[in-house]
Amino acid sequence: MSDRSLPLIPRDRAAHPPAYDPDYKTSVARAPRQALISMDSTPTEEHGPRFGHDLLGPLDNDLVLNWTKGAAPALGERILVHGRVRDETGRPVPGTLVEIWQANAGGRYRHAKDGYLAPLDPNFGGCGRTITDDRGDYQFLTIRPGAYPWPNRGNEWRPAHIHVSIFGSGFGQRLITQMYFEGDPLIAHCPIAATVRDRGQLEALVAPLDMAMAKPMDFLAYRFDIVLRGRRQTMFENRPEGL
Amino acid sequence: MAGGRDNLRESASQTAGPYVHIGLAPGHAGLGGIYGVEPGRSTFEAGAAGEVVTITGRVLDGTGWALRDALIEAWQADAGGLYAGQAGADPRVGGFARICADAATGEWTLRTIKPGRVPHPAGGTMAPHVALWIVARGINVGLQTRLYFEDERNEGDPVLARIEHKHRVPTLIATRTGPGAYRFDIRLQGEGETVFFDM
Repeated sequence: MSDRSLPLIPRDRAAHPPAYDPDYKTSVARAPRQALISMDSTPTEEHGPRFGHDLLGPLDNDLVLNWTKGAAPALGERILVHGRVRDETGRPVPGTLVEIWQANAGGRYRHAKDGYLAPLDPNFGGCGRTITDDRGDYQFLTIRPGAYPWPNRGNEWRPAHIHVSIFGSGFGQRLITQMYFEGDPLIAHCPIAATVRDRGQLEALVAPLDMAMAKPMDFLAYRFDIVLRGRRQTMFENRPEGL
Repeated sequence: MAGGRDNLRESASQTAGPYVHIGLAPGHAGLGGIYGVEPGRSTFEAGAAGEVVTITGRVLDGTGWALRDALIEAWQADAGGLYAGQAGADPRVGGFARICADAATGEWTLRTIKPGRVPHPAGGTMAPHVALWIVARGINVGLQTRLYFEDERNEGDPVLARIEHKHRVPTLIATRTGPGAYRFDIRLQGEGETVFFDM
């Protein structure tokens, strides 16, 4: 990666949820009322933190084993979650940190605030991280998380999902999203999934089963590709188009 | 536009939810030890050039309640105005930090070095600032804002100059409360709402 400061393509806000969505009740008091102030990116947004492979331990992307340091595997449906990180121009994003977190097979998070009656798995922590390779590819071995209830409307259940955090090469590309699972009937009932208005954009968050990457007698696989904001590629950033 | 938007769209954002700490700050969530090192523990190492400052604040919702579950990422230049990775940047300044609101009080603290001025592509320089990205339950797309310093020369900053409603500019300026100490509350909504950017 060079340290060239390339302007970011303005964010297509229609690709994202609105801040305010009363069906997702917590957003009501946490959504700004004023419009965002729009402007071109600056070096502050065009540069970003870099993380080297020396950050990673050997089990960091293996949630089946990382909580017990390899001593005992987590309980649940073993799955490989993998995909490619690209930007809007289709270029792979290599060397970027991908972090995930999730509930266990019963839908319980290892977090003080989660009081759901489903038990913790003593062999499951629930977080993992990796750095994309030269092609922008990443992979995690984990267990399929369970659905869980949450206090929103009377009988609300989150679909099975994995939270995904991606850096990109500039701080202005920072993105957190959620991966859902193909065929999960709860997706259609979820007000958080429904914050994504564009149907195609929501479908892009639903990872298809990927039998080609499943390992017989070991794990199933799901493919989750991620797209980050692009960078303008013109060589003449300060010249108006056509000059 | 070269490399335009003819092919891919950015993946849709989703809220980080209430358990974001498990993934991004496992030590804060009680999962300390699962990783060797957590990223963003500090923006700098001992020996970095520049003035060490401490900024304390809260993230307040539209009712005035301090979020207990907010996670903030900070990104900034070194004292010379260079970002990590740029030629000549201070090798002791990574520039990136993750800070969590206290689970009991909602108070957060960022201890960092004061950044230098950074050139703006359209000319001039930007006043010292720290970029902040705020995620939490109820925030569907991470909110981008900036922290400036009350005791710096902020006049003429090209980003602050873009804000039409001048009375909102102070929402981006940390108040000095003592030597090297600042206060910066972020108001998500309502009176005194912090300016957020799309940049």
